Amino acid sequence: MSELKTLYQDLILDHNKNPRNFKKLTNANRHAEGYNPLCGDQYTIYVQVENDIIREVGFEGSGCAISKASASVMSSLLKGKTIAEAEELITLFQKLVTGTADPMEEIDRVGKLAAFAGVSEFPARVKCASLAWHTLRAALEDKEQVVSTEV
Amino acid sequence: MKKAVETVLPFTSKSSHAIERIRADFPILKREVNGKPLVYLDNAATSQKPLSVIETLRNYYLEDNSNIHRGVHHLSQKATEGYEQGRKNIASFIGAAEPEEIIFVRGTTEGINLVAHSLVKEMIKPGDEILITGMEHHSNIVPWQIVCEQTGAKLSVVPINDKGEIIFEEYEKMLTSNVKFVSIVHISNSLGTVNPIHTMIEMAHDKGIPVLIDGAQTVSHMKIDVKDLDCDFFVFSGHKMFGPTGIGVLYGKRKYLEMMSPYQGGGDMIKSVTFEKTIYNDIPYKFEAGTPNIAGVTALGSAVDYINGVGLDRIYQHEQELLQYATESLLNIDGLRIIGTAKNKSAVISFMLEGIHPHDIGTIIDLEGVAIRTGHHCTQPVMQRFGIPATARASFAVYNTKEEVDVLIRGLDKVKKVFQ
Repeated sequence: MSELKTLYQDLILDHNKNPRNFKKLTNANRHAEGYNPLCGDQYTIYVQVENDIIREVGFEGSGCAISKASASVMSSLLKGKTIAEAEELITLFQKLVTGTADPMEEIDRVGKLAAFAGVSEFPARVKCASLAWHTLRAALEDKEQVVSTEV
Repeated sequence: MKKAVETVLPFTSKSSHAIERIRADFPILKREVNGKPLVYLDNAATSQKPLSVIETLRNYYLEDNSNIHRGVHHLSQKATEGYEQGRKNIASFIGAAEPEEIIFVRGTTEGINLVAHSLVKEMIKPGDEILITGMEHHSNIVPWQIVCEQTGAKLSVVPINDKGEIIFEEYEKMLTSNVKFVSIVHISNSLGTVNPIHTMIEMAHDKGIPVLIDGAQTVSHMKIDVKDLDCDFFVFSGHKMFGPTGIGVLYGKRKYLEMMSPYQGGGDMIKSVTFEKTIYNDIPYKFEAGTPNIAGVTALGSAVDYINGVGLDRIYQHEQELLQYATESLLNIDGLRIIGTAKNKSAVISFMLEGIHPHDIGTIIDLEGVAIRTGHHCTQPVMQRFGIPATARASFAVYNTKEEVDVLIRGLDKVKKVFQ
């Protein structure tokens, strides 16, 4: 059960059950679609950017608990961040879920994201956790094509 | 082969002596996963291997390894014997008229591609149709789409109903004079549906249309007689029938195999080669260019011996009991829905738990030592048909027990507790 706890932490279960910002943003000026063809996870990330600052984030779609909680936590962290700060978070998250960053060392920057460090113990689930973040990057870069985990 | 008395008793009760003996033949079943005894319920993906098959592979490389055909030395003859014995075993296992109708390929996928390339692509014309069903594995969809792209033919799909059965009236209606080839799965790997292929083949033959049967989910679960079925092609994979990976079988009627062009060119598939002209070898060698998977074929022959030793009738009976027990146990779980409720099913159960994604189910019960598959099972159109992204799938083999079903059920209870 202890391993289970490291993956399905309370924060992840909570965000899965009650996802934050789980809506289409009608005033979004950036958006992108992300898809994991292996499990059917599919999300659209909406971002409203003003003067290089992320004003609002929303997302729609469906998928497993890990992917949905990841999208939800991400959306709650982005408001007010500059695009450069968001890019940094994306990189940090990727390092966390692949086990290349130690959450204890980067405790100040990691915050809520620490809940996802357990994902690194489950290689089959890293793509689930990363999907929303890859999609966010595409949205910020204003890319038109659908982001896929299988490229 | 002398049979011990116990092995002819049906495996009726829980954990009967007979089933324990079967389990003892599969060394991997003794291992633990995540600190728990392995409960392997992913048999539709691949089966585990009995010691006899592993030993055959080992002995081949330890004692007999050599290249087959044309070798005059002792080892080459031993290797050739093992390889051709594998062909004979397979031929009698599926009731082929002669061993020459057995072509060794890498697996079901390659078998279908071979027929698509060497027969159907050559004979089909723009406007003609290839008919498949709505429950095919991607390997029985994509090769035909490629043929259609290259020839201007059309791929038609017989729809399935809410239970996951072929809509028979539609099949009948769609068998028009435009259809030049029918390719259907016998047992659906994601729904468990057993299709009435005997009748379907007969109906296609009434219109003079040849039929390929994808038997990937059949051969280690149900007795097959290709002469009785009268199918024109039957394909399956070794690794799903207790054999090694990388070896599979294409059965084809002699008349078709002889008219088909070669699949690949190279050694062994020729009678004579000059720069002016090459004369192709007879079947089956015409389709077996290059050094084949000798170890794989030899071990596959051993897998056939193993299945025959246990007996497909008893395997079928035991798996049907497991299917019934597992179906009833699963349906006792609140919020659980089974996808694929055909009247005639094999021991494959796809299911959904309300509000919980199949991937989360799979990860959590893996920590209990239970191996199931989650995802689209290479049948995305089936997922689209049922409006779901994925399922969790438990698929059984002869060595599974009712106790293992109980472990699965307890694991699912745990999944529900995590997400309550």
